[in-house]
Amino acid sequence: MSGFRILVGCKRVIDYAVKVRVKPDKTGVVTEGVKHSMNPFDEIAVEEAVRMKEKKLASEIIAVSCGPQQCQETLRTALAMGVDRAIHVITEPKEYESMQPIHVSKILSKIATEEKADLVIVGKQAIDDDCNQTGQMTASLLDWPQATFASKIEKSNGDLSVMREIDGGLETIKVKVPAVLTSDLRLNEPRYATLPNIMKAKKKPLVTKKPSDYGVDITPRQEIVSVEDPPVRQAGQKVESVEELVTKLKEAGLV
Amino acid sequence: NTGLVGGSVSVFDEIVISTQLMNSIISLDEISGTLVCQAGCVLASLEDYLSNHKLTIPVDLGAKGSCHIGGNVATNAGGVRLLRYGSLHGNVLGLEAVLANGEVVDCLSTLRKDNTGYDLKQLFIGSEGTLGIITAVSLNCPQKPEAVSVAFLGCESFQSVLDIFKESRQKLGEVLSAFEFMDSQTMTVAKENLKLRSPIEDYPFYVLIETSGSNGSHDEEKLSQFLEHVMGTGIVQDGTVATEPTKIQNIWSMRERIAEGLMHDGYCYKYDVSLPLQSFYGLVEAMRERMGTMVTRVIGYGHVGDGNLHLNLTSPEYSTEVMDKIEPFLYDWVANHKGSISAEHGLGFKKKNFIYHSKSKSAVRLMKDIKHTFDPNMILNPYKVLPDF
Repeated sequence: MSGFRILVGCKRVIDYAVKVRVKPDKTGVVTEGVKHSMNPFDEIAVEEAVRMKEKKLASEIIAVSCGPQQCQETLRTALAMGVDRAIHVITEPKEYESMQPIHVSKILSKIATEEKADLVIVGKQAIDDDCNQTGQMTASLLDWPQATFASKIEKSNGDLSVMREIDGGLETIKVKVPAVLTSDLRLNEPRYATLPNIMKAKKKPLVTKKPSDYGVDITPRQEIVSVEDPPVRQAGQKVESVEELVTKLKEAGLV
Repeated sequence: NTGLVGGSVSVFDEIVISTQLMNSIISLDEISGTLVCQAGCVLASLEDYLSNHKLTIPVDLGAKGSCHIGGNVATNAGGVRLLRYGSLHGNVLGLEAVLANGEVVDCLSTLRKDNTGYDLKQLFIGSEGTLGIITAVSLNCPQKPEAVSVAFLGCESFQSVLDIFKESRQKLGEVLSAFEFMDSQTMTVAKENLKLRSPIEDYPFYVLIETSGSNGSHDEEKLSQFLEHVMGTGIVQDGTVATEPTKIQNIWSMRERIAEGLMHDGYCYKYDVSLPLQSFYGLVEAMRERMGTMVTRVIGYGHVGDGNLHLNLTSPEYSTEVMDKIEPFLYDWVANHKGSISAEHGLGFKKKNFIYHSKSKSAVRLMKDIKHTFDPNMILNPYKVLPDF
C-alpha cells in the first residue's frame, strides 16, 4: 500500500525559555521583539510524521501554520526536519491575537480535505494558551476518529494502534484511518535540523494562502477582557509544633 | 565556593570572610553602561538586572548562578565571552578594596578613561585576594545583543577546528561572540554521565560558535553564508544552528555542564592551560599516551578561540600514583611549549609552586616585593598564589 499523506499543524509560540511579560495595558503579553519558536508538542508531531516517512508508513508530509509573516520561519524549521512542503495561512498580527482553536481547526479540516490527507497530527496543546482543543475540534469537523495524548503510534493491519497517556495510566486504542492524532510529550524526542537539511529546506515549496481561500471566517468569537500576572505568592509561615499548627488553622477559619 | 584552585579554601589557620551579604547594586548609568555594585552580587542576578536595561555583563561562565562579582574580579575570571568583550582588566573601570591595615582604597571610578598615576585596580584584578579584599566594583557593561545564534558543528580533526576558527574570524568578524571546542571524549561525558543528547552524529571534534549582534536578519545571513562555505569546503562534516532560546540553552549546556559531568567519574584532575594553537591539542594526546589505563579518561575542551585548553583526567578515586604521573610532566610540557600553566583559573593553593613554569624569577621577585608593600604581615589569603617565602 502507498504511504499515508500526513498534515502536521505547527504553531508559532513564544519560546519556552523566554520570561513572558504582561503588556502594561493588560490586553495581552508582550510579543514584539520576543523570541518565538515552534510549539514543542508540534515539534514532536513533526518528528513523528518524519519517522513514519522514514519507516515508509508515510509518503508525504505537509506542514501548516496559521498566523503572521514570521510563521514562515516555523515552517522552514519543519521543512528542515524532513517535511516535504508547507502551507502558510497568513493573517494580520492583530487578527492573530484573537484567533482561536475553532478557527484553526476549521482551516486544518478544509486543508485536510483539499489535500486528501490520511492523517492530521498536531501537538496536544500549545504552550501559550494550553487550550488542548484544536485536534479534537478538527476531528469533529472532519467526522474522523481521534487519538489524543499519543505516546506511541504503531501500524496495525491498515489501522493504527495508539497508546494514550490518561489520568489512570496508559490506554491503547485502535483507530481507523483517516484519523486525527495529537502528540504528547513522551511520543518521541525531536531531532535537531542539521545543516544539509536546513539548506535543502530553503528550496522546498512553501505556499501562502488566506483563511478566506478556505472559506473560513476568522472574526473573533471571544473578547479578551484583561490579562494579568498571577497574584504574588504570599510567604509561608513556619510553626514549631502540631498544636501551633492547629491553632493557626483554626484562627484562619480553615478547621 | 566556585574557585577551582583552592584559592578560597582555608588550609591552616585562616578566618574566612564572605561578602555574600554585600549584594546591593549601587548604581547604573544606562547611557554609558556603567554598573557599580558591591562585591557579593551573584553574577547571574547582575545579568538579570542588566537585561531589563538592555545591557549585559561582559563576563560569562558556567558558575554564574553562584559566583560573586568580587571573586570574578579577584581571579580575573575569563569565561566564554572573553573572545568578544575582552578580559576584566579592560572591563573593570574601578574598584573599592580594603587593605591589610584596614584602610579603604577608593578607586571606584566610573570613568572610561583616567590616566592619572599608576592604575592600581589592575593589581587587585587577578590578585586572588592576596593584596586586598575587593568590596565594590565598577563595570563597563556592553549592550545586550538583540540577536543570538548558536551553531554546533562536527569535524574530523583538530586542524579542522583551527581552520573553522580562521574562517569564522574572517566571515563572522564582529558578530562572533564565542568559539569553543570539544573532543569526542568530552561528548562521551555529556552523553554517558549527563544523559544529554548530541544534536549531530559522532565526530572526532566539535565546535560551538555563537554570534551576537544588534540585527537578527543580518547576523543570520552572515552565519548562513559562513555555514554554507565551511560545509562546502568540507572542513565541517555536519552541524546544526539555532536561534530559539530553548535550543540555544540546550546546545550550550553540552559545553557548560562538562565539569559537572566529570564528577560522576569519581575524582577529576583539572587543568587549565594556555598554549599556542599549533601545539594545542598535542598536550591532550601526550597525556592520553602517558596515562594509558591508569585513568578513566583524558578529555580536552575549552576556549580554543582564546588559546585556552581545559584538560581533565578522571579516575574513580584520588590516586597519588596518578597525580605524580601527571605532575610535573604536564606543567613541564606546557612550559616547554611556552604556554601558561593556568590560563584563567589562577594559582590559588594548588598551583602556586608551579609559578616559575610560566613566570621568570625576576617577575616573581617583583611580585613578592609588591605583596610585601601591600601586606607586610602576610595576613591576606596566606599560603596562596606566591611560592612560600
